[in-house]
Amino acid sequence: MEVKTASFEKITTHATTVSGAEAVIKCLLEEGVKTIYGYPGGAIMPVYDELYKYQDKIHHVLTRHEQGATHAAQGFARVTGKVGVAIATSGPGATNLVTGIADAQIDSTPMVCITGQVGSHLLGSDAFQETDIVGISTPITKWNYQVTKASEIPEVLAKAFYIARSGRPGPVLIDITKDAQFDSLEFSYKKCSGIRSYNPFPEVNLLQVERAADLINSAKKPLVVFGQGVILGNAEELLKQVIEKAGLPAAWTILGLSALDTDHPLNVGMVGMHGNYAPNMLTNECDVLIAIGMRFDDRVTGNLKHYAKQAKVIHFEIDPAEIDKNVKADVPVLGDVKETLKALLELLKPNAHASWQQKFKELYDIEFEKIIKNDLNAEKGMLGMAEVIDEINHCSKGDAVIVSDVGQHQMIACRYSKFNQSRSNVTSGGLGTMGFALPAAIGAKMGVPNREVVAIIGDGGYQMTIQELGTIFQTKVPVKIVVLNNGFLGMVRQWQQMFFDKRYASTEMVNPDFIAIVKGYHIKAKQVTERSQLEHAVKEMMESKEAYFLEVKVEQEENVFPMIPTGASVSEILLE
Amino acid sequence: MEKKNYTVSIYTENNIGLLSRIAAIFLKRHINIESITASKSEVNEVMRFIIVVEVAEEQIKKIVGQIEKQIEVIKAFYHTDDEMIFQETALYKVKSSEFVEDLNIQDFIKDTNARIVTVTQNFFVIEKTGKRHEIENLYEKLKPYGLMQFVRSGTIAVSKNEMPISSILENFNTTNSIS
Repeated sequence: MEVKTASFEKITTHATTVSGAEAVIKCLLEEGVKTIYGYPGGAIMPVYDELYKYQDKIHHVLTRHEQGATHAAQGFARVTGKVGVAIATSGPGATNLVTGIADAQIDSTPMVCITGQVGSHLLGSDAFQETDIVGISTPITKWNYQVTKASEIPEVLAKAFYIARSGRPGPVLIDITKDAQFDSLEFSYKKCSGIRSYNPFPEVNLLQVERAADLINSAKKPLVVFGQGVILGNAEELLKQVIEKAGLPAAWTILGLSALDTDHPLNVGMVGMHGNYAPNMLTNECDVLIAIGMRFDDRVTGNLKHYAKQAKVIHFEIDPAEIDKNVKADVPVLGDVKETLKALLELLKPNAHASWQQKFKELYDIEFEKIIKNDLNAEKGMLGMAEVIDEINHCSKGDAVIVSDVGQHQMIACRYSKFNQSRSNVTSGGLGTMGFALPAAIGAKMGVPNREVVAIIGDGGYQMTIQELGTIFQTKVPVKIVVLNNGFLGMVRQWQQMFFDKRYASTEMVNPDFIAIVKGYHIKAKQVTERSQLEHAVKEMMESKEAYFLEVKVEQEENVFPMIPTGASVSEILLE
Repeated sequence: MEKKNYTVSIYTENNIGLLSRIAAIFLKRHINIESITASKSEVNEVMRFIIVVEVAEEQIKKIVGQIEKQIEVIKAFYHTDDEMIFQETALYKVKSSEFVEDLNIQDFIKDTNARIVTVTQNFFVIEKTGKRHEIENLYEKLKPYGLMQFVRSGTIAVSKNEMPISSILENFNTTNSIS
């Protein structure tokens, strides 16, 4: 008797004989995929041949490097909530996906990567472009699988999409041997609806919700810290209702950005290394810390020995492995945050916590005086990064998707960008992947073509995936690219300044003429060197119907503050 | 925190690559695996891994959490030594000449409840199943006679408490009976 290890929905298509390669395309169509990102090569050619035939149904975006394909798929997934798809050939094509897969894994992004593999008779022979991508990607995928028989394709891809998007999302890699692409099968498709060894949604224990509600209701100084879980769980509205009803000050992690409006009166800013002063300081003063869909990353907590020790911790979380991983939860509330917050909302008593909220305002005023005011209103010297973000805010009114790369500009973009709808902040949070933003912005814009998508990138990260300008040129995707050029790998330089006696080892960049490069791709471009040019240039960029590149020369040795130095407590946050 | 021996029992689907997925969880945390075995389990088509590691309890909890998170892992448990019934098996290959010349060896075998598996003109093979220290004990006794080969299996263990795998799987079948 065959053992059933997964369950599938009813057949949606009647069986027809097709090749494995065509089956791959049919599976993508069954899953509602309309755009994929990739790069062809020997071992994936049968699938590309089918992509040619199906080009009116599926849009394949040729990136200029497979890494770009993964980041574009991630950008697409982050703004739409749908599964992003990247495709590549065997060997170097597959290994070039690794960074994007690792990024998607640590930032819980739903993505399916399909790689070609040498013929199954050649496996293990060190054949041309053979690499053990299943072995390589094992620690950085939610699931992976090698297909060696055409007949396996529908079921395996159905499982891949189900696993990538369900529960805590993540990347899945499916490696398909060339013979499996050529061989034929009887194709019928059934969407996967369950896998017996995998429980994506832990059952909600209402008793725990009650305990959480009791703690919150009796708290004098409660603080909510929420992360991307709120976005992934589509619980933004519930979060808002919860904090409004109980009068809870709420801080976001870097990946929680945009889950709540920036200007919401209870939004007290960002926690973490370069987050805001008030939520970091008051983490060590609150009496109940309510963590929602976040994982207590070390960049959020600083030194764990001195993190919220005085507080009772409530942890709303979908992934059981996150409970007690870094911070011990007094009340763990497992489950889909949409269910748990809904149950919580009913049990909460209306409250205001006015004097406690006042504390956040007082600390904000200190941060404003010491940092924000100067960041936004410098009148002399070179332009600062925050001035550029602020100018973008003036034009976007908070409607734009902001895609940031990694480094100082990222921290500034996350600190100062304004958001008034969810899924508007796309950044590489957990992995800190330089080169993420340019390709991610391409995918994001294709995911939400009616929204403005602005990539904020440093001059270092920009040159890591600069070749994707070719993708922008070819697809005419109207992304807006802002390079904040300080001629340094700024974040590393800041650390060298602060902790390595200003020994600027290999952080100074001799940069090319960026405008000339962009012109080579026939993308509109402008350079800003003076404060007086900024407003007009940003306006022109934001109003452009086409892709637009804006290079802004900024202060070379600007430092990002506040800052929690490595090993320090959140309440030892530095203002200068 | 105090380090202890923990036996991790993992019930999984029978899939290529799962071993490396599980091993990677230990590797990532720089934890040495003391012993590992894999075999079929009491449930049809379900595999069982037994992994022994020496870590703190706080750490083993997190590791088991990460293992359970793997898609094809049905359930994982961890137990201390006193919660398990466990055994190891060892084979000792000794020259036949020694066996014939020294009758002490025959006493060791009897005393330790070891068993002679095979005897040839040149060598004989002794098998001993038991606790680690019993196997070590026989090893020390046989060593002076010139062990030609020695091998010890990983720990196999069953728990004193129930591991309700069948009911987990039945539950899946009843709640997912579409198609």
